[in-house]
Amino acid sequence: MSRTALLACGGGLIAAALYPLLFGGSNYAVNLGFLVLFAAFLGQSWNIAGGFAGQMSFGHAVFFGTGAYASTILHVSHGWNPWLAWPVAIAAGAAVGAGIGTLSFRAGLRGSYFALVTLAFAEAFRILANSVPFTRGGLGMLIKSDPHPANLQFRDPIWFYYLALVLCVLSLALAWWLTRSRFGARLAAIRENEDAARALGINTFREKVRVLALSGALCAAGGTLYAQKYLYIDPSIAFGVDKSIEMLLVSMIGGAGTIFGPLIGAGVLHFVSEVTRELGGALPAIKNAQPLALIVYGVILVIIVGYLPDGSMGLFRRRRALPQGQGHA
Amino acid sequence: MLEVHDLTKRFGGLTAVDGASLEVPQGAIVALIGPNGAGKTTLFATIAGFHKPDGGRVLFRGEDITGLPPDRICARGMVRTFQNTQPFAKLSVLENIMVGAWLRTDDRHACQQRATEIARRVGLSDRLDDMASELTVAGCKRLELARALATEPRLLLLDEVMAGLNPTEIAGIVDVVRAIRAGGVTILLIEHVMQAVMSLAEDVFVLNDGRIIAHGPPAAIASDRGVMEAYLGRGAAERLLGDTAHA
Repeated sequence: MSRTALLACGGGLIAAALYPLLFGGSNYAVNLGFLVLFAAFLGQSWNIAGGFAGQMSFGHAVFFGTGAYASTILHVSHGWNPWLAWPVAIAAGAAVGAGIGTLSFRAGLRGSYFALVTLAFAEAFRILANSVPFTRGGLGMLIKSDPHPANLQFRDPIWFYYLALVLCVLSLALAWWLTRSRFGARLAAIRENEDAARALGINTFREKVRVLALSGALCAAGGTLYAQKYLYIDPSIAFGVDKSIEMLLVSMIGGAGTIFGPLIGAGVLHFVSEVTRELGGALPAIKNAQPLALIVYGVILVIIVGYLPDGSMGLFRRRRALPQGQGHA
Repeated sequence: MLEVHDLTKRFGGLTAVDGASLEVPQGAIVALIGPNGAGKTTLFATIAGFHKPDGGRVLFRGEDITGLPPDRICARGMVRTFQNTQPFAKLSVLENIMVGAWLRTDDRHACQQRATEIARRVGLSDRLDDMASELTVAGCKRLELARALATEPRLLLLDEVMAGLNPTEIAGIVDVVRAIRAGGVTILLIEHVMQAVMSLAEDVFVLNDGRIIAHGPPAAIASDRGVMEAYLGRGAAERLLGDTAHA
């Protein structure tokens, strides 16, 4: 990494660490910060498979829900400490990722076919969670409020903010590693051209299963954190399509396959949603701000897909690439 | 180095490769030629593991590799290039070559060094940071070659690395191929550019309708009656050989 990049990262980290204090620990600011970091973390989990390896999933909620349910079932029904249940939930996410990967990649599914199958898996898990007894079906699962760090529950939301910050930084480090490591190079090769990757000695099936397991593990970690923060999950919260869409939206808007794409995308998304909520309050004609936010998301997505296929990170890259391109012309 | 025995590959009712046998001795440059649609690329793809053969055997360095997947075959030291170049378009030239080099090392520095060295050998040194999508046809062919070389093969299968190039570029690639062989890599190449085949190959196999119809040194192949007919049609050999007799 260059010196300036290192400085920028350090500065960003310090700013993020001080952010809650700047606002005097106001709950609104802290919660907004949490939401951005949490969305960035989940987006990064999608980005690792969808962006770096080009295996675009439409059903990442399946991992999120697996993580949320695994830790909650262990905690609520079997009395496990959430801190202990968390790694098990992460392992469960990895296992589900490996399982879905094995099935769909063995069948040779690529592109939109793979996306559709992941969507189907998420829906299947949602319906299962609705019907089997140990998830308590549509009633959902309530975690008893007992705020204590030992229970992975905090009275002050600032601790959730810092927990999300740690996860987010770890996921950024993982993404950075992917841009430099052999594993990451293989994923990029698979994304760009699978036949050529195979010809150059890459076991594309194995690498794709691995990356989906890694992505699933990360996403499941987010699921547990969600359950511990909001103390309630049900099948549509855990496995709902909107979760899957938010993860891929955040990555696509920010720039799929880039380190900071999901973080930027998460910032944009939550900024838009806050602004539209304010507008919705200000304009009496708009009674409900939710549809307005969705409309704005939609417009942003159309603009991004139409003019910036590499996401907003593409803006920087394009500007840098231009003089080179002219040089060769 | 490579022995192919009675290899057969069918696609539905079409027999693309029909009991083809060939042999590539260690250290040689061997050419596989034949008219369009003869099955050359299919034969290559089947040898390299991209298609499962319907019959026959492939022996590489004395070991049976029939039906192994391409990545395992590549790891054993046989690598192919693609006739229609398949660059990783959004990666830089250096990153493209590094994908190959990562096969033999997991150290980033060593990998980068190796890729840079190979880029120099194929003449891509001044394009390392360009996107692969910015390369010309000739550049893409060199990149195919470089990526394959980076996997440190013992046998290189080159599928028309000279097609679509101008004479200067062809001469450049011919030199590169010679240098690769001098570096100890055995080469089997598919080529339409006869000038290159004549100057490079010691041994030529001719494929027509999925069958090997002739085999021998390039000079002998060029005057082979069966080969002329395969390329130019029935009766062509008579006319050509008749003409030279009159002259």
